[in-house]
Amino acid sequence: MTAPRSSGYFRIRYEDDFALIDTRTQKVWLGVLAFALAGFPFLANSVLLDLANQVLLVSIGAVALMLLTGFAGQISLGHAGLLAVGAFTTGVLFRELAAPFWITLPASAVAGALVGLVFGLPSLRLRGLYLAVSTLALHFMVLHVGQEYETRRGLSSGVVIEPPSLFGYALQDGRAWYVVLLAASTATVLLSLNLLRTKTGRAWRAIHGREAVAEALGIHVPVAKLSAFIVSCTLTSAAGCLAAYYRGFVSAEAFPLFVTIQYVATVIIGGIGSLLGALLGTLFVVLFPYAIEASMNALGLTDRLSSMIFAINQAAFGVAMILFLVFEPQGLVGIWRRIQAWVLLWPFGQKPLGRP
Amino acid sequence: MQLAVNVAVLAAIYALISCGYVLIYRVSRVLSLAHGELMMLGAYGLAVTASLFVGHPLIAIGAAALLSVLVGVLVYVLLMRQMTGESVLAAVLTTIALGILLRGGMVLAFGTQTQYPLQQLGWTNASLPVGPSARISAAGLLLILGTALVYGGLFAFLRMTRWGIRMRAAGQNPLLAAQRGIRLHGVYALAWGLATFSGGIAGMLLACDAGVEATLATIGLKAFPAALVGGLDSLAGALIGSLVIAFVEVALISYVDPLLSDVVPFFVLLAMLVVRPWGLFGTREELDRV
Repeated sequence: MTAPRSSGYFRIRYEDDFALIDTRTQKVWLGVLAFALAGFPFLANSVLLDLANQVLLVSIGAVALMLLTGFAGQISLGHAGLLAVGAFTTGVLFRELAAPFWITLPASAVAGALVGLVFGLPSLRLRGLYLAVSTLALHFMVLHVGQEYETRRGLSSGVVIEPPSLFGYALQDGRAWYVVLLAASTATVLLSLNLLRTKTGRAWRAIHGREAVAEALGIHVPVAKLSAFIVSCTLTSAAGCLAAYYRGFVSAEAFPLFVTIQYVATVIIGGIGSLLGALLGTLFVVLFPYAIEASMNALGLTDRLSSMIFAINQAAFGVAMILFLVFEPQGLVGIWRRIQAWVLLWPFGQKPLGRP
Repeated sequence: MQLAVNVAVLAAIYALISCGYVLIYRVSRVLSLAHGELMMLGAYGLAVTASLFVGHPLIAIGAAALLSVLVGVLVYVLLMRQMTGESVLAAVLTTIALGILLRGGMVLAFGTQTQYPLQQLGWTNASLPVGPSARISAAGLLLILGTALVYGGLFAFLRMTRWGIRMRAAGQNPLLAAQRGIRLHGVYALAWGLATFSGGIAGMLLACDAGVEATLATIGLKAFPAALVGGLDSLAGALIGSLVIAFVEVALISYVDPLLSDVVPFFVLLAMLVVRPWGLFGTREELDRV
């Protein structure tokens, strides 16, 4: 589904079809967005910066999961496990070999790719539910291995990691992190956007549509599936490495099943099959707990319920996911597109016939 | 000998929980990942009824069992029915969302402290001798008996009663079943009710054995591999699968490493998925048709 457009824009050269950004309006708004993102760290305080950093961090994993679930149609319930793969690779390398950032990040990515290959293999025989289940098993196994490492080495409270240094400059400040994470997130989005336009990306969409047909069209289904798994796992694992450095420690307790559910929720709430959806979903999922806390503050309930805040978050999160699944399966992107269409067509907008 | 008893009790736990997965999957092809939480709700239900009907333990248990059937039916009518016609993935994700909603809600409603419904019922969990050298707790014995009763009841229900046959028909071919006048929504609601009932019984008995607290739901997730190893659409398979998983788990815990307890079921699950994804007794999925 393409976004609705106003008239007056035509593709008149063949190269126009290759452009990532094609209308002037898009260019203007992207410029505004880039300006806002660049100016943000100069205006924001440390709390807002931390929030922004969390959003950027989660967005990498969310985009990765969107590639796998939203575009290639393969379900994964193991994304917290994959983050843990990256985080633990980083933690172990740092602790045992005192490896620098330039080694741990690629190593995490490679570890993620390997795990992706191994756990993508069942996807060649399994579909739908069974695949979800095998990735769920992945989650528990990775965490078990991590926990085993912690207990064997006597690190019950987790592996402590010192901030990395880039170009001789230690990343401790929220602003420095913001720059790094923004670069990483932008790179991920650009990579994904371009990947989706290549043969690989089109093959993913085809196997999402229907495997048998994709095969008949000459797509090598196993290769397409495995490549989707590997790309997604690599990105997620690299995000796990960044997360480990950002938090400063690695622990198996930091990756409960709830994290996986949150990542799945970014995909659902954002809108399946759209990178913009992954980003919107990330914003929603990361900011949601803070919104709830703020609204509880406003109602003056915080003192009474402070010990329950996590449970309230969980319950409210469940409600939000259910509401989206039942009433807005297209997610936030669906809402956004409807608003766009309404504005473009106003005052002549009308509901298509036959739809309630 | 003690090991055999442990295997039997653990297998009974897994079997009692996993038959809920099987029932729902067999009838509606939906995998309910909220089953662990629904089971926990049954356990808390017993804690509530036990404090309501002090001095009448049997009434309390009956009320709690009825309550869990009601919860299951309500979950279908209010939530899962909305997902009719949506993709299976959407339905599974809905159950995940329901799961965390229930998890948070139960902490809010019942707190994080461990509750012991058995004391509220006024019973004690005696340790009974089995043979010369082994012991079993009364709750463990009840678990085995309960599992036997539930499975016996379910087999009889699915083979002999009108509603049971309708349920199997709906599971085999919903379209044909609906054309023969079977009310699918009624059958699905019944399946959810029965599944939650059996899960609730498991939760109650577990609560009697070790108390009920917020982590009980993870056992529900650990029981899922049992259902899959046996074959997701076979009740007898769930029983065998539970035995297999319980045996491997107890053996590895006592001879290798107690820390393995949380991952063993998933190891077995992965091995099964590689060798025979449809399980020991399950039916193979049909080929993809264009």
